[in-house]
Amino acid sequence: MTDLPAKTDRKLGLVIDLDTCVGCHACVISCKGWNTENYGVPLGDADAYGAAPSGTFLNRVHTYEVTPKDGPAQTVHFPKSCLHCEDAPCVTVCPTGASYKRAEDGIVLVNEDACIGCSLCAWACPYGARELDQVAGVMKKCTLCVDRIYNENLPEEDREPACVRTCPAGARHFGDFADPDSNVSRLSAERGGMDLMPEQGTRPVNKYLPPRPKEQIDVLAPLLEPVAETPSGLLGWLDKALEKL
Amino acid sequence: MTFQQPSLDTSPKVSDEVRKTTCYMCACRCGINVHMKDGKVAYIEGNRDHPVNKGVLCAKGSAGIMQVNAPSRLRTPLKRVGPRGSGEFEEISWDEALQIAADWLEPIRRDNPEKLAFFTGRDQSQSFTSFWAQNYGTPNYAAHGGFCSVNMAAAGIYTMGGAFWEFGQPDWDRTQLFMLFGVAEDHDSNPIKMGIGKVKANGGRVIGVNPIRTGYNAVADDWVGITPGTDGLFILALVHELLRAGKVDFDYLARYTNAPVLLDAETGLFLRDDNDKPLVIDRNTGDLAPFDKPGIRPDLRGTSGPHRAVFYQLIERYLSPDYAPEAVAERCGIPAPRIGAIAAELARVAFDQAFTLPIEWTDFRGETHPTMTGRPVSFHAMRGISAHANGFQTCRALHMLQILLGTVEVPGGFRFKPPYPKPVEAHPTPHCHAKPDCPLDGPHLGFPRGPEGLALKDDGSPARIDKAFTWENPMSAHGLMHMVISNAHAGDPYKIDTLFLYMANMAWNSSMNTKAVTEMLTDTDDDGNYVIPRIIYSDAYSSEMVAFADLILPDTTYLERHDCISLLDRPICEAEAAADAIRWPVIEPDRDVRGFQTVLIQLANKLKLPGFTTDDGTARYADYADYITNHERKPGIGPLAGWRTAPEGSGVGGSPARGAATGRGSPNPDQIDTYIENGGFFIHHIPEAAQFYKPWNSAYQNWAVDLGLYDTPQPYLFQLYSEPMRHFQRAAEGHGDRQPPAHLRDRVRTHMDPLPYWYESNAREGEFTITALTQRPMAMYHSWGTQNAWLRQIHGRNPLYIPQKLWDTHGFAEGDWARVSSPHGSITVPVALHGGLNDNTVWTWNAIGKRKGAWALSDDAPEATKGFLLNHLIGELLPPKGDGLRWSNSDPITGQAAWFDLKVKIEKTAPPADAETKPGFDPQHSPVGKGPQDLAWKVGK
Repeated sequence: MTDLPAKTDRKLGLVIDLDTCVGCHACVISCKGWNTENYGVPLGDADAYGAAPSGTFLNRVHTYEVTPKDGPAQTVHFPKSCLHCEDAPCVTVCPTGASYKRAEDGIVLVNEDACIGCSLCAWACPYGARELDQVAGVMKKCTLCVDRIYNENLPEEDREPACVRTCPAGARHFGDFADPDSNVSRLSAERGGMDLMPEQGTRPVNKYLPPRPKEQIDVLAPLLEPVAETPSGLLGWLDKALEKL
Repeated sequence: MTFQQPSLDTSPKVSDEVRKTTCYMCACRCGINVHMKDGKVAYIEGNRDHPVNKGVLCAKGSAGIMQVNAPSRLRTPLKRVGPRGSGEFEEISWDEALQIAADWLEPIRRDNPEKLAFFTGRDQSQSFTSFWAQNYGTPNYAAHGGFCSVNMAAAGIYTMGGAFWEFGQPDWDRTQLFMLFGVAEDHDSNPIKMGIGKVKANGGRVIGVNPIRTGYNAVADDWVGITPGTDGLFILALVHELLRAGKVDFDYLARYTNAPVLLDAETGLFLRDDNDKPLVIDRNTGDLAPFDKPGIRPDLRGTSGPHRAVFYQLIERYLSPDYAPEAVAERCGIPAPRIGAIAAELARVAFDQAFTLPIEWTDFRGETHPTMTGRPVSFHAMRGISAHANGFQTCRALHMLQILLGTVEVPGGFRFKPPYPKPVEAHPTPHCHAKPDCPLDGPHLGFPRGPEGLALKDDGSPARIDKAFTWENPMSAHGLMHMVISNAHAGDPYKIDTLFLYMANMAWNSSMNTKAVTEMLTDTDDDGNYVIPRIIYSDAYSSEMVAFADLILPDTTYLERHDCISLLDRPICEAEAAADAIRWPVIEPDRDVRGFQTVLIQLANKLKLPGFTTDDGTARYADYADYITNHERKPGIGPLAGWRTAPEGSGVGGSPARGAATGRGSPNPDQIDTYIENGGFFIHHIPEAAQFYKPWNSAYQNWAVDLGLYDTPQPYLFQLYSEPMRHFQRAAEGHGDRQPPAHLRDRVRTHMDPLPYWYESNAREGEFTITALTQRPMAMYHSWGTQNAWLRQIHGRNPLYIPQKLWDTHGFAEGDWARVSSPHGSITVPVALHGGLNDNTVWTWNAIGKRKGAWALSDDAPEATKGFLLNHLIGELLPPKGDGLRWSNSDPITGQAAWFDLKVKIEKTAPPADAETKPGFDPQHSPVGKGPQDLAWKVGK
């Protein structure tokens, strides 16, 4: 019901490195803080101190455990926010034009003045990346910190999304995927950046870098050579060990 | 709808002003930018210039705004009106509160200062609070180190003059192999996360050694799911493998450690010359020489008559087949080939990937080295290996491993941060001689060098309420806060009058044996009086502990106060710089609360304590900011090192000299303002040639003297063999005036082994065969996160995590509950499956469980209904041995609380009828009411 732009000049998005994400939730709260104070209505928290606190978050970290056939179980921390898809179903489903994708940079936004809170977009998003704010009744989603990345009131080095600026492990990167030489394009190419659920045909902009192979210390590699075959011969060991000194 | 997009202001105003201060959402002390709108806190982000966090900030730090507006904040001083534990209080004025406190404290000081026990929890102002306690005169002071990680700190100081975290850090830019043992992931968290990110970005690898694969261990390239409490044995097996292969840095050992120092064959003490300097054999001459004589080459094979170098004992012990991988594999739960492979990997990176930096430096023997050799292997550890009753020796073993590899204070390895390195001799010894109406004879805490340093009375009984520095735990450098309430209740070693606590939730998650502790706090004698007569507590929030105090002195939040993160305390230095920092009131409190340190000054002034008042009783300091600016610990040395005043004509920084002196200098009335102008911190870089080999590097030693870290250069050797421990051991063998009592003699003789060894600390007892641990989530700090509307949505529940094998054995399914019991008690809790877990270990998140009524949560909050503590299963005492003695559940060397020695049994059980965890507790009355239903927090327009 709402058209996507024919093309976008840039494709701004995130690279998220699953090899280094320790699951600390720094990005989650930094996002919550910035976006509560900035773009649109604050991110509300229903029943904030009660039995079932339920707040709006534009970015959440999920944790999965996978058990490979030949090794111990592994834990993957998986931060998830809007992927700013090129074929964003959340936009095309919007009955009012409130959901839109920016022509200049591809960021998907909600124009809160036009949002009627019908939640069709949240249903259409296969990633569960949109949340209807329970306090305000308005649809909220990641803005890629559109009010930071161009903000002339911020020092230039701070013109990046709050989640990227705060990530302690350096697992989050921001840039333009339309530029093959950008940091995000290069990282994605070098590390095999992956689309999330490509079969959905949404053509997500954000990319995930897969964890590197684990348990690589080879127990079949040659062990350390003993200095002397009979380590009980202490003096022999000493002489031999120290002869090069 | 055809494509259209609204116009959007992409440059909205961010804030009116940015105020830079120091975070206190955990103990990490990161720099923060507090964005202000209309005089209110609008947003908090990391300070890019700050040495600790360099701009990043964790979840806790970013959620600070929700701590500053938390409904749990105490609002005014409170006087108890209901029974202890009820939470019923009357609001009183500060005048009344201070008068009550003074009326209690004054007679104690006049008659017998030991009747005050003052313990300050997670205090970041220990150099100040200890100064207060010293001037008050009580011997009973410590902070929370005894129940945290004193084993790591003390083992580091005794072994190499510093440990991890604020003592030092890996050379993150150059390390290629980072081996991480158990740590609390909620603090020192940003530097470690940044470091892991850097190591990985540089192509390095991370080995995680931890029974539980979460957090850092989830991203570790190799995970070693070790059996809890066996880290020391695993480390010594690595040492065995490295020694057997000769893959240790012999040159480093000969030059910088006491491996070549000769041991007196009869006493096991160092052979010393007439100047008391330990002796070595010089390889150039074959003669005895003091270890620091210019030009000598100490000989690892040195002998003199029957006396042999330490190195002989070391290799005799660790080459023994007892430490072979095959001998330890089963106990550690790590296959022998894997131990061998990890040893080979350590050796490969340390030696095959060694490199040099073209930096010339001169050592303390006067030898100039054209380059610095790097060994890119580093280690980090904290609570995981500390909080066992074998933790001190395990930490010593880990430090020995890094020293044998030659990776300490070299490029790529572990590096100290000023004021460390600092040899044990440069630290104070404990002081405990309390006299009426008199300051204590010196600092409470310190590092005993032998039995003469113990805190014993003339009759040999403990001088301190926590029994620190006694034969039960001779090297208890941080005290034993976890024993204070139990000992005070038992009157063992004596009764006290007033218990004065700050910022430690001792009636809940910070105590072992929580339920019994609350009973001790409320117990009455035959006359109906409380056994612990008076309790004063200071906290900023309505914690569980508040309900158990008679007088509450409400603290401010961290954005409403002055603080100093001082070089005299636990500073924020980097390996390449000294640094310190402040907090300052970026907002004023909107409640009738005062910073605790200012309250202590006001109390000191009322009591006319020396140190705080002049001879005629005039107050020296009006408040904490005044103290921070004007206090001098010794002439020229104050709490803050930056922007001091240089003496006229000193040549420092020219004249006028206000703010021109660094380290040494007289007080500068503009100092705090200057800190504020400079982002809240001060940093002073170490010259390049002084940045490595610090304990032996003349350029570093001179730099440290100039800054005031020491008064003279203090080069020293790493103590692979600990002579102070040998002094204690000799006493147990029957030497000297002070000897352990008969019932402790064997224990002291065995445990005070001067070379690291491993012993079982958490033996299975009958049916209790499974280790139960806690982990700290990165997004919470102790009990604090729960009151935070944002953080509690991340960790609001804590199931008991169970490994696959036990899950199957017990036939658990999702949604099941278990009864978990120990020799001490039992709990009934929900369970969840966790595959990445040692086969015989269960765990849960620390301190998520809350008591109803606390923290301004509703009574049906999941923290109170589904959350739980393992603390109920952990005794502060070991099970009775039938000798009538109270044996503390602590490391026999340092008194560190042995939290992680807990062994349990688990049984599947039906969910409780009320679907709430057990034991349940009656709700406390909340002195602050409850929080609002919904939040939509936006301070700007």
